Amino acid sequence: MANDPIHQFHIQTLFPIEVGGMDFSFTNSSLFMVLTVAATSAFLIFSTSGRGLVPTRLQSISEMAYEFVAGTLRSAAGTEGMRFFPLVFSLFMFVLVANLFGMFPYFFTVTSHIIVTFALAMLVILTVIIYGFMRNGMKFLKLFVPSGVPAALIPLVTLIEVISFLSRPISLSVRLFANMLAGHITLKVFSGFIVSLSAMGAVGIFGSILPLGMTVALTALEFLVAFLQAYVFTVLTCMYLNDAIHPSH
Amino acid sequence: MAGQTHSTTEGMHEAIEVPAAEHGAGFPPFDSTTFASQLLWLAITFGVFYWIMKNVAVPRISGILEDRRDRIAGDISEANRLKEETDAAIAAYEQALAEARNKAHGIAHETRAKLKADHEARREKVEAELNGKLKEAEAQIAATKTDALSQIGDIAGESASALVEQLIGKAPTKTDLNKALKSAMN
Repeated sequence: MANDPIHQFHIQTLFPIEVGGMDFSFTNSSLFMVLTVAATSAFLIFSTSGRGLVPTRLQSISEMAYEFVAGTLRSAAGTEGMRFFPLVFSLFMFVLVANLFGMFPYFFTVTSHIIVTFALAMLVILTVIIYGFMRNGMKFLKLFVPSGVPAALIPLVTLIEVISFLSRPISLSVRLFANMLAGHITLKVFSGFIVSLSAMGAVGIFGSILPLGMTVALTALEFLVAFLQAYVFTVLTCMYLNDAIHPSH
Repeated sequence: MAGQTHSTTEGMHEAIEVPAAEHGAGFPPFDSTTFASQLLWLAITFGVFYWIMKNVAVPRISGILEDRRDRIAGDISEANRLKEETDAAIAAYEQALAEARNKAHGIAHETRAKLKADHEARREKVEAELNGKLKEAEAQIAATKTDALSQIGDIAGESASALVEQLIGKAPTKTDLNKALKSAMN
């Protein structure tokens, strides 16, 4: 069981809650969502409580996170996109901290479940669709008809655009979910090798150096992936929001 | 409730394969019985998180950054203002210096001219005095000279008449003597 790489993704009920036959139990996943939110909010609020003109180290971390997301959003969606800043910032911080929490041994990775990443992706896509129609009315549909395309090609191009639009929530959620899942499985498999090999005596202990080195390297890689996937999620969110603001591209 | 079964003991792994398989997947992320709970708790936690970010964290951080930007901009404009003041003060100082220098030049020039004029006047006066004295002296010399010359005629006449008297024993007449003297002196 210790070597089962899937075990870490099991949802375990901590407080059973059932409403109308539906299972709404408070699980380890819920616990880590709460921890993610609590830790991130607490950090952002306490680190900035000094409101220092000259920031402390912690305050400059919060400021860096803010300016990083603000820069990403502004470059992708322009100044008008800044109205979505709280949403984009929340998404980035939530995904980033959830990913990084997953790097602790025995911690549950919230973002390793497709339903969570899909829900976040749908939140983005629904925001894009609703705001897109609110702001542009029917002109929002221009998104699917690129300008400057020969008339004969318009049906084909529109079809492709529609398919690509519909696949966005899927690609957005699967990318994050699959990265976190695969990374954690790989880590677990290689660290499992260390355990199995070292149980095989002196040669095995010597041999386990290789998967140990691999695990160390993968851990570093996973930290990179944890950040990178949060960033990719954010950048794509910004680009999709840009479509809602400027549909004719 | 499958999640609960999963968690009971590690040794029951084989046993839980069966209930998991009932939901079509033994793979936890695809176990749809957990979806409702995850969605609910994600909605609650992310909703609370969004609210905190929107109403507390983001306004606070953007406030800090704006304060800093304003402060820096204010400091820069203050520095520019002070620099302009300094420049103006330097310009005023230089102008005053230039004026003072011109004035000093003027005073020096005036003084020099006055001194020169004084000097000139005194020199002219002295020269005039000297010239007067020179003329006086010349006149005196000329008078003395004519006086001496006229006396020379008399002395020469007397000497000549004495010489003639010695040579011929008879004194010449006055008219002859004067005639002879005149011809000799010219």
